[in-house]
Amino acid sequence: MEKFHSCKGLVAPLDRANIDTDAIIPKQFLKSIKRSGFGQNLFDEWRYLDHGEPGMDVIQRRLNPDFVLNQPRYRGAQILLARANFGCGSSREHAPWALQDYGFRVIIAASFADIFFSNCFKIGLLPIVLDTNIVDRIFHEVSSTEDYCLTVNLENQTVTTPSGEVCTFDVDTFRKHCLLNGLDEIGLTLQYADKIKAFEEKRRTEQPWLFA
Amino acid sequence: MQTLYDKLWQSHVVHEESDKPDGMALLYIDRHLVHEVTSPQAFEGLRLAGRKPWRLDSILAVADHNVPTTERSHGISDPISRLQVETLDQNCEELGITEFKMNDLRQGIVHVIGPEQGATLPGMTVVCGDSHTSTHGAFACLAFGIGTSEVEHVLATQCLLMKKAKAMQVLVEGKLGHGVTAKDIALAVVGRIGTAGATGYAIEFAGSAIRTLSMEARMTLCNMAIEAGARAGMIAVDDTTIDYIKGRPFAPKGELWEKAVVYWRTLKSDEGVTFDQVVRLDAAQVKPQVTWGTSPEMVTTVDGRVPDPSQIADAVKRHDMERALKYMGLTPNMSISEIRLDKIFIGSCTNSRIEDLRAAAEVVKGRHVAANIKLAMVVPGSGLVKHQAEQEGLDRIFRDAGFEWREPGCSMCLAMNDDRLAPGERCASTSNRNFEGRQGPGGRTHLVSPVMAAAAAVAGHFVDVREIY
Repeated sequence: MEKFHSCKGLVAPLDRANIDTDAIIPKQFLKSIKRSGFGQNLFDEWRYLDHGEPGMDVIQRRLNPDFVLNQPRYRGAQILLARANFGCGSSREHAPWALQDYGFRVIIAASFADIFFSNCFKIGLLPIVLDTNIVDRIFHEVSSTEDYCLTVNLENQTVTTPSGEVCTFDVDTFRKHCLLNGLDEIGLTLQYADKIKAFEEKRRTEQPWLFA
Repeated sequence: MQTLYDKLWQSHVVHEESDKPDGMALLYIDRHLVHEVTSPQAFEGLRLAGRKPWRLDSILAVADHNVPTTERSHGISDPISRLQVETLDQNCEELGITEFKMNDLRQGIVHVIGPEQGATLPGMTVVCGDSHTSTHGAFACLAFGIGTSEVEHVLATQCLLMKKAKAMQVLVEGKLGHGVTAKDIALAVVGRIGTAGATGYAIEFAGSAIRTLSMEARMTLCNMAIEAGARAGMIAVDDTTIDYIKGRPFAPKGELWEKAVVYWRTLKSDEGVTFDQVVRLDAAQVKPQVTWGTSPEMVTTVDGRVPDPSQIADAVKRHDMERALKYMGLTPNMSISEIRLDKIFIGSCTNSRIEDLRAAAEVVKGRHVAANIKLAMVVPGSGLVKHQAEQEGLDRIFRDAGFEWREPGCSMCLAMNDDRLAPGERCASTSNRNFEGRQGPGGRTHLVSPVMAAAAAVAGHFVDVREIY
């Protein structure tokens, strides 16, 4: 996983609550056995006017001019702004993969679904929860300001607006540590291998039917 | 005093930083269910890092999302789907993982076959790279869906780093009316608290109405805990649980069985324990539910009407409702029974078990699918469910009524195989999600119980199953 320290980036607003993982990356693209290349099909059904299937050349496809990410002013956005319950639905990690592959490094929302939230941290994509009123205000500012950028600092846990307003956010200490240092969680867990083995042996004695 | 969730959590903590009460804990995983869609990248990651699975006998694999539900003797025609299923086969063969292959009678939807085989046992932690893993909580398990990085983590370490959730009790007292099912309870709960209502919580379903439910019905209920935002749903152990497990292939036998049962009986919340939140429901008041929108919380009763966005004060909510109605092609205030359907889907990890098929067959018996229905299909949850149904003659009843009788798999719940809606088509579906495009791009999904889907198939539009059954 790549390290995450800070990010100053253009903000793209997706003004809708309960955006589900089926919308983020439709199921036909989940047939891939690879971990990369999902960005071109991010929000596929909203982004294109024709129906997408794996293997299609996206250059040949018709873009939906009304979809926010297709507007020139949001090209190159690194921060996605969304409403409540972003990422609800399935556990597909393909959703954070697609967002990251597209170029997003941070998702700011009023709230996230649990599995999606946890999946983001595993790949170095930072989900930030801000108060609904603040999210609402940023939505207004983004729509009325061209080239609206936010500065996210993970170390200090702050989001800074162009006017200099500083909003703080919560992040679990361990997850923050992993992101800042780009740590491999499996490697960290394996440091406890002896403890896991001891736990397992005790379990095998006490509940042998689990090991039949 | 402890909740069931506290007990399950505590009995699996391998390590936790004692100085950080809100920190992460390393949790031991007893059962790892694997399917073809969310595992290939995890196996690849394991291989690239030079790691091996920690405990092979904890893993059970099956292909379910991509498999065709029609004739299978020629394999899978879609080359991309075929490659994904073959990749699972190869990974399992290479590593020595138990897998039920596509033409094995035991193959089926991962959340149907785990319990069916007795591979899901009370007191376990059960994970799978699939959000509907909450299903297994019906057996007093701590069961939840995980992403692919976590699949790799469990393969490599038998553990997961987790943060403890809060505990919510959904208390359903009283008696369900005739024709009202666990699916209706689930949809009513999601309708009440919303799809984010239980985010950050684990739900325990309790109360007299829950105690009378069969294991199949309890699985339906726990399956949809995730639709309320809860990663895990669970139900305490009782005789119904133990009777269901007895004699299943992976279940303990003889002396071990006796020992296990003694422990399993402790798997319930202590009397008088406090939950972080309690949601109460009167079973007698629950009516058959039908979703009208593009989120499971957009639901009403069969005798209700499509809501009117102009009555909604909150701008974001109003906008979402307008958008949903436009996508669904519905008009505000029209009655639910006016909604005419094109397709009927009875299946999915929510409602494809033998009891679901029996109930639906009861409704269609001696009747016929309405002329406006282009396709009505039954997709059993597993080869064994299909076999059992055929032994009971249910396939005959469905076929005689004009239904197609298919091979087991996820099928049109998420339409990764060829089973899907065409743009604009409208379906009464016993699955769990009605998101835009879920059953095919432009497809319109209405979530209902199996008996409601069966009744809609016969009528061609939604009807109150209580009036015909």
